[in-house]
Amino acid sequence: MKKLISKLTAISSPSGREEQIRAFIKEEIKNYCDELREDKLGNLIAIKHGGNTKIQFAAHMDEIGMIITDIDENGFLRFSNVGGISPHRLYGQRVRFQNGMVGVFGAEKVEDIKKLTLNKLYIDIGASSEEEARSKISVGDIATFHHEFTDLGERVVAKSMDDRIGCAVLIEALKRVTNPQNDLYCTFTVQEEVGLRGARTSAFGIEPDLGIALDVTATGDTPEAERLAVKLGKGAAIKVKDLSIITHSKVKDLLTELAKTNSIPYQFEVLPFGGTDAGAIHLTKAGVPAGVISIPCRYVHSPSEMVDLNDVEAAVRLVVAVMEKKIGWS
Amino acid sequence: MLLRELCELNAVSSREDAVRAYIRNRITEKVETVTTDKLGNLLAVQGSGNTGPKIMLTAHMDEVGLMVVGIDNSGLLKIKTVGGIDERVLLSKRVVIGPNRIPGVIGAKPIHLQEKEEREKPVKLPSLFVDIGAKDKADAEKEVSIGDLAAFDVKAGGFGDRMFKGKALDDRVGCAVLLNLIENHYDFPLYYAFTVQEEVGLRGATVAAFGINPDLALVFEGTSAGDVPPAKKHQQSTRLGKGPAISFMDRSIIVNQALIERLVKVANEANIPFQFRQSTAGGTEAGAINQSQTGIPAGVLSVPCRYIHSPVSILSLDDFENTIKLADAFLKSIERRGLPV
Amino acid sequence: MQIESLLTKLTEAVGVSGRENQATNIIVDFFTQGEGRLWISEISQDRLGNIFLHKKGQGDHPPRIMFAAHIDEIGLIVTDIEEGFLRVSSIGGIDQRVLLSQEVIVHAKEDLLGIISAKPPHLQDPDESGKAVKLQDMTIDLGLSPERVESLVQIGDPITIKRDCRLLKNSLYSGKAMDDRAGVVALIECLSRLKDLHHQAEVYCVVTVQEELGVRGAFVSSYELNPDLGIAIDVTHGDMPGLSDYEAFKLGQGPVIVTGPQVHPQIFEKFKAAAKAGNIKYQIEAEVTPRGTDAYALQVARAGVASGLVSIPLRYMHTSVETLSLEDLKETGRLLAEFVRQIDSEFVEGLKCC
Repeated sequence: MKKLISKLTAISSPSGREEQIRAFIKEEIKNYCDELREDKLGNLIAIKHGGNTKIQFAAHMDEIGMIITDIDENGFLRFSNVGGISPHRLYGQRVRFQNGMVGVFGAEKVEDIKKLTLNKLYIDIGASSEEEARSKISVGDIATFHHEFTDLGERVVAKSMDDRIGCAVLIEALKRVTNPQNDLYCTFTVQEEVGLRGARTSAFGIEPDLGIALDVTATGDTPEAERLAVKLGKGAAIKVKDLSIITHSKVKDLLTELAKTNSIPYQFEVLPFGGTDAGAIHLTKAGVPAGVISIPCRYVHSPSEMVDLNDVEAAVRLVVAVMEKKIGWS
Repeated sequence: MLLRELCELNAVSSREDAVRAYIRNRITEKVETVTTDKLGNLLAVQGSGNTGPKIMLTAHMDEVGLMVVGIDNSGLLKIKTVGGIDERVLLSKRVVIGPNRIPGVIGAKPIHLQEKEEREKPVKLPSLFVDIGAKDKADAEKEVSIGDLAAFDVKAGGFGDRMFKGKALDDRVGCAVLLNLIENHYDFPLYYAFTVQEEVGLRGATVAAFGINPDLALVFEGTSAGDVPPAKKHQQSTRLGKGPAISFMDRSIIVNQALIERLVKVANEANIPFQFRQSTAGGTEAGAINQSQTGIPAGVLSVPCRYIHSPVSILSLDDFENTIKLADAFLKSIERRGLPV
Repeated sequence: MQIESLLTKLTEAVGVSGRENQATNIIVDFFTQGEGRLWISEISQDRLGNIFLHKKGQGDHPPRIMFAAHIDEIGLIVTDIEEGFLRVSSIGGIDQRVLLSQEVIVHAKEDLLGIISAKPPHLQDPDESGKAVKLQDMTIDLGLSPERVESLVQIGDPITIKRDCRLLKNSLYSGKAMDDRAGVVALIECLSRLKDLHHQAEVYCVVTVQEELGVRGAFVSSYELNPDLGIAIDVTHGDMPGLSDYEAFKLGQGPVIVTGPQVHPQIFEKFKAAAKAGNIKYQIEAEVTPRGTDAYALQVARAGVASGLVSIPLRYMHTSVETLSLEDLKETGRLLAEFVRQIDSEFVEGLKCC
């Protein structure tokens, strides 16, 4: 599992540029499903038949990034955000483009650091001229954070745990499930970070009876943290509410029941901000009961996101439990 | 002149009747069918029987403006903005209200009677009003009603060197581009959607896309040109005279790369100048279309305009003509090479 | 039908966005066991909980009208348990200033009475009293030991404001969740009248869920029905000191017919015509944005729906003392029934004109 996570998080695939991660995931799962599809927005859908109820699982392949909007006369790159990027966490960090090119964030001089905005920052790829920069990078290219995976034992750190860890959980579950009792549509979605876009269009096509998103959630277990109940190491988080969804009671009860019966460590989650693919799935067409299995994660949307492998294992087991339970909804 | 006539019509979001009627008159002979849907979008088809991918071209008919939300006892009209307008541009301007085009002015306290501190702060919307010269409420109610929409009263026409000025360039210029393209015929099914209520949430395009469900869509807009001092190069977004602007991303869409590459290729082959829209701010109808049903690849081609969403904007006629050329070349490339996606 | 007792029962019921069961059950009961069952041909509920009440019309290819009023109320949700006290977050737009010293009901393994604690003045810092207390700094006191609390309460349990419905002077009723259970009662009033009227159109009164979180129930129910006309019945601001007379409306002067981007111009005219035909007093509101009510979703369902909005004036919206005039509510129901009478196939054809 650590190896899978390490490989997934190493790939640079921001929203709208998911080619590389899609290719990797396709290779990983092609032998574990009955059918593999790619839709018009680039979502990867792995279908495994097993029963009447159609379940759409969704883990998003894309990560946040920086889109290059201008290359100046000295070869410095100006950028805008793709997904949620905070200007205060960038100075000195490194970025990487899909072609392997690496760069560093720099900032204009500001009198008041509180007034730092993205348009006062730039990316330096070490070019000595505009021409040199343009030979390597084009306007419209999107970079991601660049930070290697680190194994801390029970816990691991990498960039893009959001949501490569969700992808890892779904891939592992697909590999482990032996007796699916439902029709599984395992969707590796695109463009979640810019508005749940892949989930919205894929759900329209699939029309599931039940939707479950796999994503990270923030924790409140660090010094003087924002008050959040979720903690690393306390199990898979069953989301009750965030800004995009109130989990259907049926779904919350189903996940809770399965966690209890299978002795899977779990905790409940209410997130006063943010959203996931389930937010888009549950409002598709005439409505879909949906919920989220969250993996607790510290330092979300930073280059060093941290998860606990026990929580990850709990999430995998819970997903498999859903896959193997005859749901019977339509 | 087409652009002038279009700009002098009033069509604030949700009351696009005047522009809809004008366009309908001009296109009825040139297309197979013209219909209006429940939101007021004007939809036209050419070549519905052709084989080939279904293409949709969109431009919105509505403009930002004002709505009369109350009439006070003295006969002055209380207003609110419809769509995104910086309220600081409103002071001391002329407007035209409702289908009968009742003239009014947005009054301001004379400078002689103001304190110095007053002049340094913008006048906020609740303190602004429109004066139509009415004696009292009853007198005003003879001419205007609550809910009436008011547009800026500005003459459109040539300006400077190959420039054009007027109100509502966003998005009458897009409509004008479509009205030029509609003179041609292409050998795939082509849907023209002149949409409503873009400025209040991309409303018209959302339902038009559902009804048409094209294989690809191209949206024509008037976009912000910030090439005015002291803006630095990377803050300008687009510049007048540098050609149509191709979007790679905005708040509502990340444009498919293959689609952008085709536009660039076609522009280079035909020697048409173009630029990229550098800002990623603002949403467009392409986003609403892209998210429709199982997803529709969409792109945006814009004519740069200075001072959009204000009473007077400016564009370059060269950019306007090059936008038409680039669109035509792109559509021809679909005839020859099929879809880029 | 006893409209006063229905309004009281409904507004006192529990039903925050996403957990509307207790409130929706009252409606389902009324239309399956109660007198409402004689007024409709069919009742159904979708996966998110929206209720569809179907009243057939007398035409061959009847125009399809959808009326929507939402049953969910704003509330709170348990986010954490700290030494037996509850930490909370909001469901929908709650003004945190109205919460201090409010009694609430926590819907845990059983219903528990709680109090939103307020620090007494004696214990406050000198500058504290000048600032509104933030929601994340409030706690709910259940008066139970931490062990008892842990055994009964879970993170994610919903919380409602405890408030009875109270009759004030001049037929004004005050309570929680008038937004938009008053609208739901207006729909029921409309159905009680339609049973005696001849009308071509077929009517779907939809009691929607999760409106307060972004008109979610309206999106899925309007997709399902895909009506010709979609009208939302909601509340609008009632008059009070500090609001100008184009932002807030008088109580007792009738329903408010809205004009703006989310209202088809012909539907606006038709509502005025219906009001005149029925001798119903009404007021007019001009809205610049399509946001804020179920109409926002109805209008863009599938390939587009001709939409409209009618509102009941309501003072102190999103507090637990929302106040309206029962007369306005009744007249709204009457206006809806009169509107239905006016709708025929010709009208629907004409919606796509020019």
